[in-house]
Amino acid sequence: MTDPRIDLPQGTLDLLILRTLALGPQHGWAISERIHQISSKVLLIQQGSLYPALHRLERRGWIKAHWGASENNRRAKFYALTASGRRQLEAEEGAWRKLTAAVAQVLETV
Amino acid sequence: MFSDLHFRLRALFRRGAVEGELDEELRAHFERQVEKHVQSGLTREEALRRTRLEFGGLDQIKEECRDARGVHFLETLWKDLRYGARMLRKNPGFTMVAVLTLALGIGATTAIFSAVNPILLESLPYPHPDRIMAIWEIPTNGSRNDATFGMYRGLAERNHSFDALAVMEPWQTTKTGAGQPERYEGQRVSASYFRVLGVEPAIGRDFQSSEDRLHGPNVVILSDRLWRRRFAGDRAIVERQITLEEFAGYGFATSDSYTVIGVMPSDFDNVLYPSAELWAPLQYDISQGRAWGHHLRMVGRLRPGTSADQAMQELNLLGPDVLKEQHPDSYGSEVKFSILSLQDDITRGVKPALLAIFGAVVLVLVIACVNVTNLVLARGVHRRGEFALRSALGANRSRLVAQMLTESLLLAAMGGVAGMAVAMLGVRALAALSPPELPRLGAIGVNGAVFAFGLAVSALIGLAFGLTPAIHAARSDPHRDLQQGSPRATRRHRRVRSALVVAEVALALVLLVSSGLLLRSLQRLFAVPVGFNASHLLTMQVEEVGHRYDEDSIRYRFFAQALEAVRRLPGITSAAFTSQLPLSGDYDAYGVTFERDYNSREGYEVFRYAVTPGYFETIGIPLRQGRFIDQGDRVGTPPVALINESLAKRKFAGQRPIGQRIHIGPPNIWYTIVGVVGDVKQMSLALSQEDAVYIATNQWHWADTVMSLVIRTRGDAASLTPAIRQAIWSVDKDEPIERVATMDDLLAASAAQRRFALIIFEAFALTALVLAAAGIYGVLAGSVAERTHEIGVRLALGARRGSIVGLVVRQGMMLTGLGVAIGLAGAAAASQAIAAMLFGVSQLDPVTYLGVIALLAGVSVLACVVPARRAVRVDPMVALRYE
Repeated sequence: MTDPRIDLPQGTLDLLILRTLALGPQHGWAISERIHQISSKVLLIQQGSLYPALHRLERRGWIKAHWGASENNRRAKFYALTASGRRQLEAEEGAWRKLTAAVAQVLETV
Repeated sequence: MFSDLHFRLRALFRRGAVEGELDEELRAHFERQVEKHVQSGLTREEALRRTRLEFGGLDQIKEECRDARGVHFLETLWKDLRYGARMLRKNPGFTMVAVLTLALGIGATTAIFSAVNPILLESLPYPHPDRIMAIWEIPTNGSRNDATFGMYRGLAERNHSFDALAVMEPWQTTKTGAGQPERYEGQRVSASYFRVLGVEPAIGRDFQSSEDRLHGPNVVILSDRLWRRRFAGDRAIVERQITLEEFAGYGFATSDSYTVIGVMPSDFDNVLYPSAELWAPLQYDISQGRAWGHHLRMVGRLRPGTSADQAMQELNLLGPDVLKEQHPDSYGSEVKFSILSLQDDITRGVKPALLAIFGAVVLVLVIACVNVTNLVLARGVHRRGEFALRSALGANRSRLVAQMLTESLLLAAMGGVAGMAVAMLGVRALAALSPPELPRLGAIGVNGAVFAFGLAVSALIGLAFGLTPAIHAARSDPHRDLQQGSPRATRRHRRVRSALVVAEVALALVLLVSSGLLLRSLQRLFAVPVGFNASHLLTMQVEEVGHRYDEDSIRYRFFAQALEAVRRLPGITSAAFTSQLPLSGDYDAYGVTFERDYNSREGYEVFRYAVTPGYFETIGIPLRQGRFIDQGDRVGTPPVALINESLAKRKFAGQRPIGQRIHIGPPNIWYTIVGVVGDVKQMSLALSQEDAVYIATNQWHWADTVMSLVIRTRGDAASLTPAIRQAIWSVDKDEPIERVATMDDLLAASAAQRRFALIIFEAFALTALVLAAAGIYGVLAGSVAERTHEIGVRLALGARRGSIVGLVVRQGMMLTGLGVAIGLAGAAAASQAIAAMLFGVSQLDPVTYLGVIALLAGVSVLACVVPARRAVRVDPMVALRYE
């Protein structure tokens, strides 16, 4: 079985989680599913990375958690973006665009 | 920031809830994933298996989440602490020895710091203390002179460097009136004194310059202590009158009513004269011709922005002008000044001793640390297996190092707490032992700064001896260590311990040599001949007060009658009065001029003793030529004088001094020298200043009001005190009797500072010796124990027990020898540092050095032989099986 996953650069996971939550509150499983879907199944977030990352973001105050009912009426822990999380997302998105554009330019011209 | 804290705190204190939520969340995720796989067509079993594979170690995820939550550190710390405490409890012997050793080291260091801090480090308790300067005159011979009033007045008028200058002199008064007469120590100060210090009375007001003139108003400021003791802290004391009797040393005792104008604050620390309890304006009388006598202390407060150097340059320019203008007799026109901060000035005498003592205590602390490190290392050997096991089970190295550090910090903290108790005792002992010259005695105590120091020392120590074994353990290889006793690890281990032994011996040697040198100095000092027979001598100061006696003859009669009454007592061989007592702190010096070089005006400063007949016989000063003063020398007969041997030799080399005439004090009396007596130590055993002139009490210019009674007794001198008091009071019950002391006490007190340093050094050296012996023994016993197997093999192969003991001792002694060699270099440097406290011994005194080396060698041999003999007594078969 070939592994379609690629290693994410440091800090990218945080950016992906924040971006996903920008669409609305989600629980953990849904976050990893969405990233998996949207990335055309290239990015598979391991639980071992996802939950520590969620805890880290929560500690930094960028997301906050509350318990609620999921789409099939099960109890689930939902994560939502905070105001400072939104600012952080904008900053990181900008930085990411610059980085990828620069890398792409180098790759194309050299 | 706040959310972060809130999150961490919730994570820490609601750990159960948080962990439960995490469990639930992960389980939910797991189930969804399983469902997802089932929906995509897998069987339930397969879906479960697949999901488990994807998830990996559930516990690992949780652990990482805990890490991300940021409470992991605190949690593990708590766990480590509990684990550490359990380990310490399980080894009570180890814990007790380690904690006691540390407590000793930390406690002693902290106690000494409590004295060093206020005296040398903290600035004086005045506003802008760095601007308060002590000012001395430097005569051409380079010594230091007190200030003269003439110079003070001249400089105060002219200088631009100081906000204020002040002069002061000690002032003894006696409170008379109702109750027992009580004598107070005080100061006569120029009105600017408290302004220079920058302190104001807490109640009432400061002196005004208008009050500081001859025949000015009698006003007095009290210390808080005196105010509370004698006046019950009554705030209405201001403007009240008290009666004080003053003896000025000029024969004029005046009893006057003084108005209290103020009380100083309770925290006022009068560093220039700590025993002063009251202050009055100087009200200097320049008509008496002493305006150019050096007997005042001068201090000044620099203007902001003026440096001590600038001020000194200005005074050096102004000084000669003042002299030229005022044309004082018998005074050249050259004068220079020395200006140094008041703090340096008052600590000058004790600084070398304090620094040396602090150095010594740091050595003790280091030895204590070496010992504990050694203990920790020794225990590390036994715990190697434990650590290897934990590391094999997946604990990473930083966790193990953290664990060991936590344990040693815990140990250091326990040592620190016990050490603070030791420090509190130590501070009390220090205050009791301290020599009278020690400034700022009141500020010595365990306070915030001292506490912080003890804490910092403990923490530093915990890190120091925790890190060595921790790094040691972190570097080791768990696989090998699991198999126990790998030769390489053991060898490295032995090397560290050997280094510890060497360090311990070297440090102990430095301390022992230093205290040995001090001990020999004190021996030499007490071997210095004092010039009289000090045993069985009781001394006391008797004062004649009361304005009833304003004629000298009445005063002479009181002292003569008191003497008669004392002489009649049983148990007394003889008794006499003297105006000043050797080694009591009395300092009464006058210029003397010999008749034959009267025109050259060459003068000598000599101690003046006005004595009653029988003084020399009583105190035991030997006669070298001529005769003593006797009953025939009284008012009306030709004035006679005796001089001391050294002065006679220098002045009349080869000639007969008897019959020569001298002036002493005011110049209207010629005294004829009738005898020469032996030299006597007046100020201290270490000083060779001993030129003296003795005259009869009633042939002096005036009658002294304070005399010292010297009594030679047959039995125990001190026990006669009550009878003697009664005898004197039977003549006049209103006369104060002060400063009762045997001459042996005075002798001891005159060497108080050296003795103080010596006692502390001896205590430290003894501690160091015990710690070093225990350390050497511990290290060698440990290494012998590690080699039990090897010794068993040697025994089984037929080695003689004696040769094995020899081998172990030889190895131990090699380490000792190396330590001695290193220690010798350190001791040479240390003895340089205590040179100022040595007397009569060389810094490299061979007796001390050899003695100390022999002592240390002896201790080391013992420390080697005991474990070696124990090792060879073991049955070879047991030893071979030992592992």
